[in-house]
Amino acid sequence: MDVIADNLPAYLQGFSLTLRLTLYAGGLALAIGLVLAAMRVSPLRPMRGFAATYVELLRNTPLTLVFFFIILVAPRFGVLLPLDFIGFAVVALTLYTAAFVCEAIRSGINSVGIGQAEAARAIGLTFGQTLNQVILPQAFRTVIPPLINVFIALAKNTSVAAGFGVVDLMGTGRRLATANPGGVTWVLVGVALGYLVITITLGAIAAQVERKVAFTR
Amino acid sequence: MRSRRGAVALIAAATLALAGCGNGDDADGGTTDPAPDAGETTEPAETTEFPEGSTMAALAEAGTITIGTKFDQPLFGLVGPDGVPEGFDVEIGRIIAEKLGIDDDGIEWVETVSANRETFIENGTVDIVIATYTINDARKELISFAGPYYEAGQSILTLASNEDIQGPDDLAGTRVCTVSGSTPEQNLVANFPDAEVVPFGTYSECLEPLKNGQVDAVSTDNVILAGFAADDAELEVRGEPFTEEPYGIGLAMDDDEFRDWINDVLEEIYEDGTWTAAWESTAGTVLPTPEPPAVDRY
Repeated sequence: MDVIADNLPAYLQGFSLTLRLTLYAGGLALAIGLVLAAMRVSPLRPMRGFAATYVELLRNTPLTLVFFFIILVAPRFGVLLPLDFIGFAVVALTLYTAAFVCEAIRSGINSVGIGQAEAARAIGLTFGQTLNQVILPQAFRTVIPPLINVFIALAKNTSVAAGFGVVDLMGTGRRLATANPGGVTWVLVGVALGYLVITITLGAIAAQVERKVAFTR
Repeated sequence: MRSRRGAVALIAAATLALAGCGNGDDADGGTTDPAPDAGETTEPAETTEFPEGSTMAALAEAGTITIGTKFDQPLFGLVGPDGVPEGFDVEIGRIIAEKLGIDDDGIEWVETVSANRETFIENGTVDIVIATYTINDARKELISFAGPYYEAGQSILTLASNEDIQGPDDLAGTRVCTVSGSTPEQNLVANFPDAEVVPFGTYSECLEPLKNGQVDAVSTDNVILAGFAADDAELEVRGEPFTEEPYGIGLAMDDDEFRDWINDVLEEIYEDGTWTAAWESTAGTVLPTPEPPAVDRY
C-alpha cells in the first residue's frame, strides 16, 4: 500500500500523460472517424472504397504494429514526422481508433430508417445536408454506447505507448516496479486504479449523455 | 538419374554430418552416458554425492532443469529462428546443468524479462535465472544470488558521427533511450536528472530512433552495447562504464545449499578454463576476455 502513497507524484505525472493521450487521440479520432463514416455511406464509389480499405486495414492490425510502423519502419522510407514521442503516440492511437469510431458511427447511421434519407433527398436536401441535419442527429442516440466503448478501449490502449518512448501511467508503473521489487503487486494495483479513474468516468459521462438525449419511443 | 544420385549423396552427407554433430555433443557433454570410457569426467559419481533432500539431488533425479534467460540479448541470451537461445548466459546454464548430470535435452529454457525474474523464481516457474541479472540489495530480499559470474557496467552508445557525448557527464540535456522498467533506466532517472529518459520495449528498438536523431544516445550495460556496435559501423560505445553490474544467478530465497554448490561450480570453471572457453565462444567474439570476478558468498 505504502508504495502507492510514497510515489503519488510519479503516479500523478503518469496519470496526467495517459489522460492527455486519451483526450488528444480521442478528439482527433472522433473527427477523423466521423469523416470516414460519411465517406463510407457516400454515393461516390472511390470514397466508399477508400474508407472501407482504411477501416479494414487499421481495424485488423494490432496496435503495437501500428506504433512499430510509424516510429520504427516509416523513417526507413524517409517518412519522419517532426514530432516528439508523445506526438507519435497520439498519431498511432488516432489512426487506429478512428477506424473503430467510423464503424460505431456507421452503425448509428444504419439504424436510422432509410425512409428518413429518402424523404430528405425528396425535398431537395443535398447529401451533406441530409447527413448533418437529418441522419446524424438521430444516429447520435444509438451511437453513444458503442462510441464510449471505443473510448474506454482507447484509454486502455494508450498503455501500448509505454513501450515507445512515452512514460505514461504504465511506464511509470514499470519504473516503480523495478525500484520496488517487493511491492510489484501494489505498484500494479496503483496503475490499475489510475486507468479505472479514467474509464469509469467515461462510463458515467456516457450514462449522463444517454439520459439527456433519450426520447420515449 | 544423375540428379537422383546427387540427392542420395546429399542426404547421405547430411546424415553423416548430423551423426558427427551428435557424437561431438556427447563427447563434450559426456554426462548422462555412464560409459566406462568416460572415465575422465566424474559427473556420474558426483550426481550420487548430492546430499539427500537438496535441490541438486532433486534436479539430478528428475533429469530436467528449467532455466530462465533473456531471449533478446545479443551475446548473452538471444533466440534464433530455431527457438534455442544462444549466448554466454546460456553457456553458463548448460555448464551448471551438465554438472547436475542433465544433458541439453533436459534443459527447458524459459524467457524471463527484467520485470518478471523475481516472480518466476518465487513461484517456481523456473529453477534458476541466468539473465544478465544484476545482483542488488532490493532483489536480495526476495531471492538468493549465486555468483557473480560476470561484471558488466552501464555505458553509452551514440552514433559514430556524434562527438558531443564522450561520457556520462555529457548526458545533461540529451535524450537517452533505454528499456522501460530496467535497471539502467533506474540509474539514469536517479543519477542524471537532466537527461530525458526515453523508454522503449527492447534495446534493439532504440537503434532506429538513434539513427533518426530522435534520441541522442542509448544507455545500458556495456556488453549489450558492444554487441550492437560490433554489428554496425555507424554506432560507437563512448567512455568507460560508470556503474558496476555484477551478473548473478538467481535462485530461490535461502536455498543456501544450492547457492553454495553453484558458487563451487563457478569457482571450479574459473579454474579449469571452462568459463573462459564459454566466454570466448559467445560474447568473446566481439569483446575482450576479462578475468572472472570473485564469487561473492554473502
